[in-house]
Amino acid sequence: MAEKARIKLPKDAKRGEIIQIKTLVAHLMESGQRRDKDGKLIPRMIINKFACTFNGKPVFSCGLESAVAANPYLQFSAKVEESGTFKFSWIDDDGNTITAEETISVV
Amino acid sequence: MRSLTRREALALGAMSATAALAGLHGSGQAAPADAAAEIAKFTGGKPQETGRVTIELPEIAENGNAVPLSIVVDSPMTADNHVTDILVVADGNPSPGIAAFKFTPMSGRAEIATRIRLAGSQNVVVVARTSSGALLTAQRQVKVTIGGCGG
Repeated sequence: MAEKARIKLPKDAKRGEIIQIKTLVAHLMESGQRRDKDGKLIPRMIINKFACTFNGKPVFSCGLESAVAANPYLQFSAKVEESGTFKFSWIDDDGNTITAEETISVV
Repeated sequence: MRSLTRREALALGAMSATAALAGLHGSGQAAPADAAAEIAKFTGGKPQETGRVTIELPEIAENGNAVPLSIVVDSPMTADNHVTDILVVADGNPSPGIAAFKFTPMSGRAEIATRIRLAGSQNVVVVARTSSGALLTAQRQVKVTIGGCGG
């Protein structure tokens, strides 16, 4: 399957440092407002949830509506106290999930 | 069944025109009242403090399909005192809700950047809730040259 999510975060950090995480996922975020050429409403199909955990603990999450732009970009922070793995998940209206993960080394 | 009087025919025509208009978007049919209702659900009608929420939005957005938005809330983000939720609504979109962000002390900072769709010129309102139950708010007006909700 083609890679649908891109994550940017530092490979390492000092203990207690607050790092910035940038995420981008490919998704049309069909708002449910557009009409096709026959004038019929194209049904909504968006990513409505995103969550980020670190070593299994929640860091940041959100609920998204159709007013979030296509190819949702989410940039947020995380305070790292130990090395470990960030896990990211995006869920759409049908329950389909896209996941990604990145490790970080903390000294 | 008798045929319609001219008055009834006109009324029917007006009703279907209104219905057709309602199907248009980019007309910003979510009244500020809808946005206010969304905010009231979040705040429980309790008072909100200003001055601690910073919103970065362009004054004029060329493309309503992807307007960059960033929010920073002044908070120590400690276990005892941190932002737990940030609600973002728009008072001129077909539907007011944009996003609801959840933070933890592990977030480090209460900040978020994303891109949103704005159907036309309107206000974007942000309300943050902290772990102590305090409510913090700010709003920005954005002029949108080409509306973006897919139309």
